[in-house]
Amino acid sequence: MLKIENLHASVDGKHILRGLNLQVNAGEVHAVMGPNGAGKSTLANVLIGREGYELTGTIEFQGQDLLAMSPEERAVAGVFLAFQHPVEIPGVGNMYFMRTALNSLRRARGLDELDGMDFLGLAQERMKLVEMDKSFMSRSVNEGFSGGEKKRNEILQMAILEPTLAILDETDSGLDIDALRVVASGVNALRTQDRAMLVITHHQRLLDYIVPDRIHVLTAGQIVRSGGKELAGELEEHGYGDIGAVGAGAVGAGT
Amino acid sequence: MSITTAAGGVLSRLDLDGVELRSADDPRWLVDARRDALAWVAEHGFPTRKDEDWKYTKLAPILDRPFEPAPAAVGTRVSAALLRARGPELGGARLVFVNGHLRADLSSIDGLAAGAVVCGLATALLAHPEQLEPILSRPAGRRHGFAAFNDVLAVDGAFIHLAAGVSVSEPIHLVFISDTDGAALLSSPRCVVLAEAGSRAHIVETHFGFDGDVHCTNSVTNVVLGEDAHVEHDKVQDEPETAFHLGLLDIQQGRGSRFISRSIMLGARIARQEVRVGLVEPDAEVSLDGLYLPHGEQVHDNTIFVDHAAINCTSNQLYKGVLDGRGHGIFNGHIMVRPGADGTDANQKNKNLNLSDRAEADTRPRLEIYTDDVKCTHGAAVGQLDEHALLYLRSRGLTESGARALLVYGFIHEMLDRIGLVPLREHVQTLLERRSAGVQ
Repeated sequence: MLKIENLHASVDGKHILRGLNLQVNAGEVHAVMGPNGAGKSTLANVLIGREGYELTGTIEFQGQDLLAMSPEERAVAGVFLAFQHPVEIPGVGNMYFMRTALNSLRRARGLDELDGMDFLGLAQERMKLVEMDKSFMSRSVNEGFSGGEKKRNEILQMAILEPTLAILDETDSGLDIDALRVVASGVNALRTQDRAMLVITHHQRLLDYIVPDRIHVLTAGQIVRSGGKELAGELEEHGYGDIGAVGAGAVGAGT
Repeated sequence: MSITTAAGGVLSRLDLDGVELRSADDPRWLVDARRDALAWVAEHGFPTRKDEDWKYTKLAPILDRPFEPAPAAVGTRVSAALLRARGPELGGARLVFVNGHLRADLSSIDGLAAGAVVCGLATALLAHPEQLEPILSRPAGRRHGFAAFNDVLAVDGAFIHLAAGVSVSEPIHLVFISDTDGAALLSSPRCVVLAEAGSRAHIVETHFGFDGDVHCTNSVTNVVLGEDAHVEHDKVQDEPETAFHLGLLDIQQGRGSRFISRSIMLGARIARQEVRVGLVEPDAEVSLDGLYLPHGEQVHDNTIFVDHAAINCTSNQLYKGVLDGRGHGIFNGHIMVRPGADGTDANQKNKNLNLSDRAEADTRPRLEIYTDDVKCTHGAAVGQLDEHALLYLRSRGLTESGARALLVYGFIHEMLDRIGLVPLREHVQTLLERRSAGVQ
């Protein structure tokens, strides 16, 4: 579904991603872990089309050239990012925003738009997934939401927009353990055969709740090691420094 | 602005010799007042950008153009069908003016509460001259050339009188239509609202015209509130972008009275809405809201003067501007707290959203405070659309233009929310949608 080859990204002359390769298939959940400054958020930003990066390499999504597409075209194609820092939008009601978003996608895909009543039904059903009170829907988008409420609101959008590829950027940051459980169970409920997920996280903790099929270690702009879910435990024990060394050692052993 | 048909007579040269003072049927004091006002204009002239309250607005396009006072007979395109098409229908008494003259055939005051008078100013001058004399023969004091020129030329407009304790529950709708059949005409409507002690009313002014017409509206509305009177005033100015609009809303508030003004400024090439509030007796409260959205080549000027001259009065101002194209938005808000006006609570906020590199926002709060026992807050801001928010919305599937429109909507939503009359709020929303879609 997603195939990233030799991706380089620079911003203001700073080389952040340095030849990143990654492949994610439908139905799989992949985790990208790494220390601060490794390029995790840059990867998320590049995937959704944030401007300001100098890019080389290719990103293929379901056979399409993702880098040639605008952010909204990527959304229409099925790419979704649960933001690390969801943006507050004063004056725009949460419900209105989500209906506008869903109908924008539906329109672009040639589907009928949902009217207010149909959307309300859908939203109420999906809100249960993240145990969200309906009062949140009448408030302005993310305005005055706590950190945990913002993250739940991201997962709610994911549940409503039903992307093909969901990228979760540091979704666990700022969550207490109860909020983390709620968010993770919402995400797990959205795991399907057709949907892929890319979980970007600094901490191994989230992966206790969202158990990935594959884990990739990103340091200094490259995937230095990939493995199964057991890699999380290794990282827990040794930290990123050692993993990086293991990766380098493996390369060294081959020469 | 020539007042005769003499070619080239324009106000910038103060060619006032040909101005005819209307006198037929009018009381002597009114003719005298018009003559005094004309003499005042001849002496002081029209404002220039050297005047504090006019420094941001270029008046040459108005003053250099030969306008003639609009006669009553012009306006062939106005009909009941047009009124229905342009809306809104508010359900209460309605007076319709074409180029400043009352059209009785399109007006209705059915169902008005006993003790309330709603009629044309020309009618009121015959029927209730004693009520109008204190307002219309006021001394020249702090007027400016345009207000004085309204004194000179106004022959019609609305007169609203609410006897003590009278409450009018339905809104009183004043519809001002400019229809000059292409001629450069000047309309000078004058409205007078006298709200006696304990009375209540909600007045709505809507202004519109026909695209392509070049005309100028120079309107003055005086509102006098007695003790504990409550008056709300909504104004929606949607003149064609080829026209000019100058409005003065002059408020005098008695003890414990409450006045609410909301101004939605959409139209005209150059528009200026001036609000002057005299809080002359204790415990009065005023709330002034404004939304202005200059785009293209439009200039939207909001000039406010709130005069705290008595103890324990409250004033709140919230003005928001959205500037696009080469639009120019002006907020010039002056609060005066006079010596002895203790217990004053004055708040002023102006926020601007600048959507274009070529647009300009001028915001100028002025506070003059001559007493210690006051609470005054003010804030002014000019910002752009948040790039992070734009990406956030686009990442959810909104197009770039859809995302921009949603953020603008978020910015102005609060002002629309404050319009309590639902049909009027929906009317404004429709006008905004048509505008953003580029439909006139």
